[in-house]
Amino acid sequence: MNCKSVIREISDYIDGELELPVKQELERHLEHCEDCKMVVDQTRLTVEVFCDAKPVELPGDVKSRLHEALRRKLKEISN
Amino acid sequence: MLCATFIHTKVRMRPPIGLPKPLSASNPHRLPSTVARDDEHLLVAAAKRGDALAFEELVNRYEAKIFRLTMNITRNREDAEDAMQDAFLKSYAHLKDFQEDSRFYTWLVRIAANEALMRLRKRRPNQFSLDEPIEGDEDLLPRELEDWGPSPEQRFAQTEMHEILSEVIDKLEPDFRLVFVLRDVEELSTEETAKVLGISVPAVKSRLLRARLKLRQKLNRYFRQGGTN
Repeated sequence: MNCKSVIREISDYIDGELELPVKQELERHLEHCEDCKMVVDQTRLTVEVFCDAKPVELPGDVKSRLHEALRRKLKEISN
Repeated sequence: MLCATFIHTKVRMRPPIGLPKPLSASNPHRLPSTVARDDEHLLVAAAKRGDALAFEELVNRYEAKIFRLTMNITRNREDAEDAMQDAFLKSYAHLKDFQEDSRFYTWLVRIAANEALMRLRKRRPNQFSLDEPIEGDEDLLPRELEDWGPSPEQRFAQTEMHEILSEVIDKLEPDFRLVFVLRDVEELSTEETAKVLGISVPAVKSRLLRARLKLRQKLNRYFRQGGTN
């Protein structure tokens, strides 16, 4: 497996979706290729920082308008 | 050993150290699921029976995440707010149709993503197409390989990290951004992402790979050892 092939498989690798023989071949490549190891590690970290980021609190005005709209809808349904 | 494949800008400072957990497919990336709580199904059941307070609790619980989703898709605050409101109103109106074969949150994400997508398409009718196949793989090769040093996540305050993530995702092309947001931020499965966007599973995978690599590239500017923005 060459570097280009490793890059093509990165997503499936970090998601744990590679078939065992392909995974083993990829890991053999990573053992001796620092560049690919770095790309794999950083791509994984990229996914993690987005996934781990907590959403910021809803701005007050946006929240007020949302709940006002909901109250109108609930009232409309109950009438 | 350095690979000749990576022919672009390369600044090697030292081998990567301190990155979280070594990678292996036996320790695959797993997205933490902090969304579903044990009582979600009870709230949904109560809301279905007409308990408005139960539905309001669901709204309170997910409003920030749904707004983040609609902002990430539309990148326009007005559209994001409209999409979020309509998503909650529609979910309430169609709550009886929710079969509970998935998490309520996942169902809500699907509705919100469709609302946001509709607005994005209206605002940028010819600017992106999810149907277009991606030709070749020349764009896949990473550039600017630089050591990120130990724990980039700990080097930035939460607000600073939010600004960085917002800036880099804003620069991602819409068709890549949509797939990344649904799959990696909102934790939909590949199949669910394909269903929401109306594209094939291979198309999702191909765009997800490119989105991840492009974001890695963009984050390099901030995360590289000694890097500044």
